[in-house]
Amino acid sequence: MASDLGTGAGAATAPPPNSAYVAMEADPRFVELRRRYRSFVFPMTVAFLAWYLLYVLLSAYARGFMDAKVVGHINVALVFGLLQFVSTFGIAWLYARYANSRLDPIADELRGEVK
Amino acid sequence: MNLATGYLAADVGTRRGLTLGLFAVFIAITLYITVWASRQNKTASDYYAAGRSFSPLQNGLAISGDYMSAASFLGIAGLIALYGYDGFLYSIGFLVAWLVALLLVAELMRNSGRYTMADVLAFRMRQRPVRAAAGLSTVVVSIFYLIAQMVGAGSLVALLLGIGKGQTFAGMSQGTAKNVTIVLVGALMIFYVVVGGMRGTTWVQIVKAGLLVTGALIMTIVVLAKFNFNISSLLGQAAEKSGKGDKFLNPGLRYGAGDWKTKIDLISLGLALVLGTAGLPHVLMRFYTVPTAKDARRSVNWAIGFIGAFYLMTLALGFGAAALVGSAAIRAQNTGGNTAAPQLAESLGGGAGTTGGALFLAFIAAVAFATILAVVAGLTLASSASVAHDLYANALHRGEVDEGDEVKVARGSAFVIGAIAIVLSIFAQNLNVAFLVALAFAVAASGNLPAILYSLFWKRFNTQGATWAIYGGLGVAVFLVIFSPVVSGSATAMISDHDFSWFPLENPGIISIPAGFFFGWLGTVLSNEENAPKYAELEVRSLTGAGAH
Repeated sequence: MASDLGTGAGAATAPPPNSAYVAMEADPRFVELRRRYRSFVFPMTVAFLAWYLLYVLLSAYARGFMDAKVVGHINVALVFGLLQFVSTFGIAWLYARYANSRLDPIADELRGEVK
Repeated sequence: MNLATGYLAADVGTRRGLTLGLFAVFIAITLYITVWASRQNKTASDYYAAGRSFSPLQNGLAISGDYMSAASFLGIAGLIALYGYDGFLYSIGFLVAWLVALLLVAELMRNSGRYTMADVLAFRMRQRPVRAAAGLSTVVVSIFYLIAQMVGAGSLVALLLGIGKGQTFAGMSQGTAKNVTIVLVGALMIFYVVVGGMRGTTWVQIVKAGLLVTGALIMTIVVLAKFNFNISSLLGQAAEKSGKGDKFLNPGLRYGAGDWKTKIDLISLGLALVLGTAGLPHVLMRFYTVPTAKDARRSVNWAIGFIGAFYLMTLALGFGAAALVGSAAIRAQNTGGNTAAPQLAESLGGGAGTTGGALFLAFIAAVAFATILAVVAGLTLASSASVAHDLYANALHRGEVDEGDEVKVARGSAFVIGAIAIVLSIFAQNLNVAFLVALAFAVAASGNLPAILYSLFWKRFNTQGATWAIYGGLGVAVFLVIFSPVVSGSATAMISDHDFSWFPLENPGIISIPAGFFFGWLGTVLSNEENAPKYAELEVRSLTGAGAH
């Protein structure tokens, strides 16, 4: 499985464009772009998945808590569910703002430099 | 028998006429759009990606139109109307899932891929094995999803036109009418895809999304107005009319009500919903229809807005149907609750026998029909693109194929896949295949998503890892479902008169998703292949957009 067509031979005879990408990958500005991207999306993904899982787990195992009335006929379960909507809209908005100001300028600058 | 009661009692003829008339108007409009779109299609990029010419708002609407199936419109409203709160669990999973697509997949995919999911997976791998695996997985996911939609379409149209068991319509029995519907839906989707390509399909989805959101918005406003915009009193009346009291508003009427198994099943379903979306090939393909990654991000943000608003409205529709129509009257029409939204429309329009009721009902029925057509067209397009681009051009001919020939093969495979879907759906017509949608999500989450995420973020990942992730995740998911209670053993199973089920859960996600990630990891570390320069290229391209198509 390991000795195959595309790897060893392919990489050795790879055309010049490859080296431009390799150089760019080591460029401090690209390293910064990747750091900024990952430092936002990875923690955020963990956070919203945990928040969603908490909601699912509470729906399955904490019925008493979820059934409690907050006001009128509106209970904790409904509020929790609506908060999932709020957090989803909020994260989408935050990410758009972050990407516009912190990611796009570097990406725009680097895009033209790789030939 | 039961269809003679309730909303079908009066004016069956008028109502059918109105409904069919609106169906015909929608079909005429979409056929016109498709033919118009076909005139603009010249290159492969036009056929697969609509020339990357859509705006973020248009693509956001089309994503919503591609994603919000009849299952989520009629199905979730019905679930809420019958089981109260638990229907809402579905909506939340379907919405939160978009954050995975937004943060981790959409932009990177748009930057580094061309037409299909496999473009990104095979980027730094040996083309043939990875393209073959990704192509197979795309076709499997799409066919599962297609069959569920088309069988649903058959029953739905019979229901919406009021053709019950033992009744006839234009000389057709219920069974014949279902078959005719399946063939008609199949023929239309083939036409949209073969003639209109991505451009035609996208416009059908945009029109559908507009209709769906408008229809839901009107109904939501009318429902809320009846309760003076007091949500608490809407919920109160829904609980009262449901006959279940406050339990109707609490989690647990449908999911996780029984023993430990149902609770694990709830978690398993939740995982598949939230992780499946970003691995659905027909969804991923939509990111290629905009000019840049930034536009892909904006499209997803629009889609999150539309889809979120829509699911909030289904909450009002479901509880509104419970409060105004009543669970008993809904169950009398359809035990799954699929007619809750149309019945609510009739009630809001003035009730059975009124012109307003008939008009509103016909409008919502036509929206549901449009919904099905737009979704099946998206699925057919994605699978035909993968057959032509991944299997034919790259796996079979190593990329040495004339672009025009590739598009011809794509059109041909859309025809063949459509025909296969029609035949399978007719055979499956009387089986309970609703579980296939959840299975499609589970396969996407177990096979495709691990391969995509490893591809984009793990330098060491390689060909063997990609194929093991896809075959492993897909294989485990399908294997477990075959031996689950949805396929055999239970009264509602696909095959109810045999029992070979030993796997206790209805949804395999909780096992198959970790399995997919595990196989991807294992396959990778057991192979020496590593292509660092190619990963550098993928990383730079995916983050900066350099060299993007």
